[in-house]
Amino acid sequence: MSAEPLVQIRDLNFAYDNRAILSGINITIPRGKVVAIMGPSGCGKTTTLRLIGGQLRPTSGEVRVAGKAVHELDDAGLYHMRRRMGMLFQFGALFTDMSVYDNVAFQMREHTNLPEELIHDLVLMKLHAVGLRGAHRLMPAELSGGMARRVALARAIALDPMLIMYDEPFAGLDPISLSIVGELIRRLNDALGASSIVVTHDVQESLKIVDYVYFVSEGKIVAEGTAEEIRGSKAPYVHQFVWGEADGPVPFQYPARPYGDEMMEQPSKPKAWWA
Amino acid sequence: MMTPKILRALGHWVTDRIWRLGFAARFLLMTLVYSGTALRRLQLTIRETYFTGVLSLVIILVSGLFVGMVLGLQGYETLQRYGSSEALGVLVALSLVRELGPVVAALLFASRAGSAITAEIGLMKATEQLSAMEMMAVNPIARVVAPRFWAGVISMPLLAALFSAMGVFGGYLVGVQLIGVDEGAFWSQMQAAVDFRQDIVNGVIKSCVFGLIVSWIAVFEGYDADPTAEGVSRATTRTVVTSSLAILAADFVLTAFMFRG
Amino acid sequence: MNRAAIDLWVGFFVALGLAALLFLALKVGNLSSTAVGETYALQARFDNIGGLKVRAPVKSAGVVVGRVGEIRFDAENYVALVSMQIDKRYQFPRDTFATINTSGLLGEQYVGFEVGGDTEMLKAGDQVKKTQSAVVLEKLISQFMFDKAAADEGK
Repeated sequence: MSAEPLVQIRDLNFAYDNRAILSGINITIPRGKVVAIMGPSGCGKTTTLRLIGGQLRPTSGEVRVAGKAVHELDDAGLYHMRRRMGMLFQFGALFTDMSVYDNVAFQMREHTNLPEELIHDLVLMKLHAVGLRGAHRLMPAELSGGMARRVALARAIALDPMLIMYDEPFAGLDPISLSIVGELIRRLNDALGASSIVVTHDVQESLKIVDYVYFVSEGKIVAEGTAEEIRGSKAPYVHQFVWGEADGPVPFQYPARPYGDEMMEQPSKPKAWWA
Repeated sequence: MMTPKILRALGHWVTDRIWRLGFAARFLLMTLVYSGTALRRLQLTIRETYFTGVLSLVIILVSGLFVGMVLGLQGYETLQRYGSSEALGVLVALSLVRELGPVVAALLFASRAGSAITAEIGLMKATEQLSAMEMMAVNPIARVVAPRFWAGVISMPLLAALFSAMGVFGGYLVGVQLIGVDEGAFWSQMQAAVDFRQDIVNGVIKSCVFGLIVSWIAVFEGYDADPTAEGVSRATTRTVVTSSLAILAADFVLTAFMFRG
Repeated sequence: MNRAAIDLWVGFFVALGLAALLFLALKVGNLSSTAVGETYALQARFDNIGGLKVRAPVKSAGVVVGRVGEIRFDAENYVALVSMQIDKRYQFPRDTFATINTSGLLGEQYVGFEVGGDTEMLKAGDQVKKTQSAVVLEKLISQFMFDKAAADEGK
């Protein structure tokens, strides 16, 4: 394994139309590590993942995965690279018209010419790794949220990716499922020798499993460090986030004009339908 | 200043429509370009043909039968006033083969299968299944959109033919069996008046065009839907409304070209 | 729903659809009776074609032997020029008499061939010389009225 990091993001800027989402992001994901990108909802975490996966193109700056600049790849190159990436979507994004088995087998059937017997063995192996070998006949609608997340995880690692990305893997899970998924992320990463990026706002759970943390707020990286450093951080923003305080550097109030002014103003009339 | 505002609204509406049309046209082109998978792995298209075609069978057959029976009753009422009730077969067959078969079948198809296609693709988008597929290096247009598109294109002419055939049978039931129009005259006048190329082939061409239109609108609206529950429901409604209007407009244009002589 | 069942249903659906098309073509349409054979063209001039339409049948002894292909106005002679596509299987003598008839009182109009006794046959592109125009109902009625009036006066 080379010393070069698997993912390297340099001076990344991204804007929808003219609205800046990310500005001046620098992130490095070393091989074999689990890295978390944390921040409040809507701060551009998911956008970062999409930029790494090549679903979006940066406005400026560069994203390099395994030495290749993602935004310079053509469609074929991009698809080739994605075969070595796995991604777990927020709510699993299982294909609802396929059984659990077919979901996990999907990529193997699409991208390889493996005989069906071998696919069968591989699928059951992947499902076994997430503890759901017994559920392979079920349809996604019959799974609980935690199970669906684990199936999606099995699907994400179907082709033994070098990079696994997790988009809010803990959202909406009960405490038991939560720690199962957390532990799986760590274990699978180490077992596959892959690197993982976890985008989350669940601080406590992710601090248990990750090697390094980036804090993103309003499109900028405001803090970074190992789990230990983050827990002990005195930076007011990180402190507020880690300990979940209602008010702080991230204000409780949405930006508004002075309260007094707004009270004095006439309410605007409802618009006529033809206006 | 009312007038500029209205003008501006009109201008905005028109440019908006043209934008969307452009998007839709590009999308259709992409669908055609990525159709290789759908045709090479025919199983995908066959599966979707089950959902679009087979599941529309009941509504098409039943509606066709009833439309034919009503045509039989109404047509007889009118024709017997002029003492030419033997022409009932001609009336039923021509109206079905030329107009009602393709048009009504396409309208039913839009609301039965088109809306289902839109809702399915829209939901796949809303639940990030399309995104997931893209991240698995599988093109969702090739894997999801194209098979549904082709299934619709294949199903439509067959459904329209079934509708017409069922309608003629319904007209026969009412006209010959119930009212007692002479059976020989019913069929022979029909055969003498209905031309294979002029009427039947043109009807089939119409239904092919409608199938293309409905499938195109359905997959586009689904793929373009806002990824929310509300967005999907709006897209589904739009599919039915837009394709119904498009079918009727296209029908007028096609009829004008086909039956001028 | 497994794959075999889906295949079966789709196969059933496609077969049913094709059968419907076949039914339309053979039983509803006239694919079986005409339009299959090859045809040759004949022409005829009429003073008045009445309500004759393109694609109207050409009948001889009541049997459909062809269709009207094109109707033009001949600007030199001020007559209607009707070209007909006649089934290759049927030949007609040169002195065939073409008339425009009406099937029933209000029915569609067609071209009728009354066969003469010539030994030479009409060839492709030939013109039928002897023709009789359509009977215009209004003329017929007014003529009847005149005759009746004249007869009444003569009494």
